[in-house]
Amino acid sequence: MSIVMLDNQSAKVTTPLAHGRGAGGEAVFVYCEIEETHVQEVSQELLTKGRKLANTLGVELHAVVVGTAIKGQVEDQILPYGVDKLFVFDAPELFPYTSAPHTDILVNLFREEQPQICLMGATVIGRDLGPRVSSSLTSGLTADCTELEIGSYEDKKNDKVYDNLLYQIRPAFGGNIVATIVNPEHRPQMATVRSGVMQKAIYEGECRKEVVYPEVSKYVSPEAFVVKVLDHHVEAAKHNLKGAPIVVAGGYGMGSKEGFDMLFELAKVLHGEVGGSRAAVDAGFCDHDRQIGQTGVTVHPKVYIACGISGQIQHIAGMQDSGIIISVNSDPDAPINRIADYVIVGTVEEVVPKLIKYYKQNSK
Amino acid sequence: MALKIVVLAKQVPDTRNVGKDAMTAEGTVNRSALPAIFNPEDLNALEQALRLKEQNPGSTVGVLTMGPPRAGEIIRQGLYRGADTGWLLTDRLFAGADTLATSYALATAIKKIGDVDVVIGGRQAIDGDTAQVGPQVAQKLGLNQVTYVEEVQGVQEVQGVKKVTVKRVIDGGVETVEAPLPVVLTVNGSAAPCRPQNAKLVMKYKRATCPLERPAEGTAYDALYEERPYLTLNQWSVADVDGDPSQCGLSGSPTKVKAIKNIVFQAKESKTLTASDADIESMIKELLDEKIIG
Repeated sequence: MSIVMLDNQSAKVTTPLAHGRGAGGEAVFVYCEIEETHVQEVSQELLTKGRKLANTLGVELHAVVVGTAIKGQVEDQILPYGVDKLFVFDAPELFPYTSAPHTDILVNLFREEQPQICLMGATVIGRDLGPRVSSSLTSGLTADCTELEIGSYEDKKNDKVYDNLLYQIRPAFGGNIVATIVNPEHRPQMATVRSGVMQKAIYEGECRKEVVYPEVSKYVSPEAFVVKVLDHHVEAAKHNLKGAPIVVAGGYGMGSKEGFDMLFELAKVLHGEVGGSRAAVDAGFCDHDRQIGQTGVTVHPKVYIACGISGQIQHIAGMQDSGIIISVNSDPDAPINRIADYVIVGTVEEVVPKLIKYYKQNSK
Repeated sequence: MALKIVVLAKQVPDTRNVGKDAMTAEGTVNRSALPAIFNPEDLNALEQALRLKEQNPGSTVGVLTMGPPRAGEIIRQGLYRGADTGWLLTDRLFAGADTLATSYALATAIKKIGDVDVVIGGRQAIDGDTAQVGPQVAQKLGLNQVTYVEEVQGVQEVQGVKKVTVKRVIDGGVETVEAPLPVVLTVNGSAAPCRPQNAKLVMKYKRATCPLERPAEGTAYDALYEERPYLTLNQWSVADVDGDPSQCGLSGSPTKVKAIKNIVFQAKESKTLTASDADIESMIKELLDEKIIG
C-alpha cells in the first residue's frame, strides 16, 4: 500500500483580515457535540462564550451539529444560547462519532462559510476532531484554553499589526505559566476548551435563530465511513462534581483510598460532591473522573474544602474561582493556604470527623 | 501477517520539576534547562506496538522521534525494550515548531520510511498536553485515525483488507472500533505500562548513536561502529525527508506565542485555625450563620 501526502496548499485559508459585518461570512462557529440526541453541556458553555466574542467582533454566532436522527431533537438545546444560524447535519452513521465524516463536514462547511473562529469542547471528540480539521485547513489550533479574548497583535519581525485576533489563553508547561497564543494569518482561529471552564447562560439579546439542514452527501464521501464503531457504551455520569455547590476535595495527603471514605461522608452530610487532586488520582485514591484541575474538571462551588492538598498550580487552576475555600492541612505553609479563606492546621484524620460532628450538631 | 509499525516518541522536559530558566524570551521551551525523559504515554504506545509485533510474526517496530541530537536517547530506549530500528529527525529548520509543523515533519518522515501499516504514539506529550500531533499526522498522510486507545486487540485480514480492532476510552464510556490499515493510533497513559529494558538488548545497543551525537574528533568506538552498522542510528535532516522548509519549524507554524506570564496567585486574607473543637465549631457556626452552608 502506498501513502500519499495530501496537498495542503489548496486548502490554505487566508481570508482578508478586515472583518466583514455581513450576515454570513467570518462568523464565530461552535461545533456542538452530542451523545445520541443530547447536546453536551460543554458545547452550550462555548455557545455562550462564542456569543460574547461574536458581539465584540460585530459578527454572527453560528453552530454546527452532526449526528443521526437529530432533526427536531437538538435545535432547542442549541438556539437559546444566542445562535444566529444553526447547521444540522443529519444522516445515518454520523453517530457514534468517527473522525473522517465529521472532519469532512466541518472542512467543507468552513470552506464555504469562511468562519474566523471555531470553538470546540476539549473532550475526547473535540481533541480528535479539532486537530484533524485544523491540519486540513492549515489553520492553527490551541488546546485546552482557559480564557478567550479579542485583542490586537503586533508582529515586530514583519512590522505588521493585526486587530481583532482571538487570544487563546492557556496554561502551559505543567501549569507553571500562562501563554497567550494567536493565529495571525490563518483562519479559522481554532481553540478547544474543557468542560466547566466557561459558564453557560440563555442569551437574552436578539439573534436570528435560523436553522438549515444541508444535504450530507454533498459534504461527505462514502469512503469516509471506513472506520466502524462495533460497540459504544456510555454511562450517565455517576456524580455532578461540576455543578455541586459544595466540593470536598482530597489530595495525596489523604494517604489511601480508605482515607477518602471520610471525605465521602463529609460530602454526604454537606450535600456536596467529592473531588481529588491529580496526585490523589494518580495514586489510585479516587476515580479519574473526579480529578479537579487543569487536566481534569474545573469547579466553581460556593464552598471548597481542600483536605490534604498542597496546591500545585495545576490544581489551583481548576478551583480558584470557588466562593469560600477551606484548607485542611498539617503543613501551615502549604501553597493552597495562600488562596484559602480558612486554614485549619491539623491532620485530616483529626479535623474531618470534627467538621462532620459540628455540622450535624449545629445545622438543625 | 507481517506489519510495519512506526512508534512516534518524543523526548520531553520533565515538567513536574520546572525551574525559572525553562522558557526562552520567544516563549518556546528551553529544553536544556530540564531533565529530558521519554514521554510517558509514548511508552504505553511502544508497549502496544511490541505486543502487535509479537502477535504478528515478521513484523518490525521502529521508533521515530524529532529533536536535538541528544534525542537519540529515545531511539536507544526503544531498542533496549525490543524495537528493531529508529529514526531521529534533527535539523535546525525543525526548531520552534508548533503541532502543525511538527506533524508535517513527522508525516514527511513516515512517507520516506514507506509502506507503514501502523503509526502509533502516545495520546499527548507532558510538555504541551495538546494531543494534536497524532490526528494531524494522520490527516497529512490521508490515513484513518483512532485516538484514546486503551488496548490494541489485534489485526485481522478480511477479504484482503487488513483491519485493526481497538478498545478506546471515550467521555463517560468505552468503544470498540475497527479501522482498516494503514492507521494512526494514539494511546492513553492508562493503557498497559511498557515492559522494562532487556539487559541483553542494553548490552547490544548501549553504544548505538546518531552521527551528530558523536564528538567531531572521533570516539573510542569508531572501529566498533565500522564493524557493526546497527550501532549507527538513522539521522535525517529536512533535506533527507524531502521536506519543504517553509512548512517546518517556526515558519511552518500558524500559531504564535503573543505573551507568556508566570502564575502568581494573589494571597487572600485568611483566618488560621487550629484543629481544636472550639475553632472548628466556631467556623461551622460562622458558615451556617452566613448561610454559606445550609
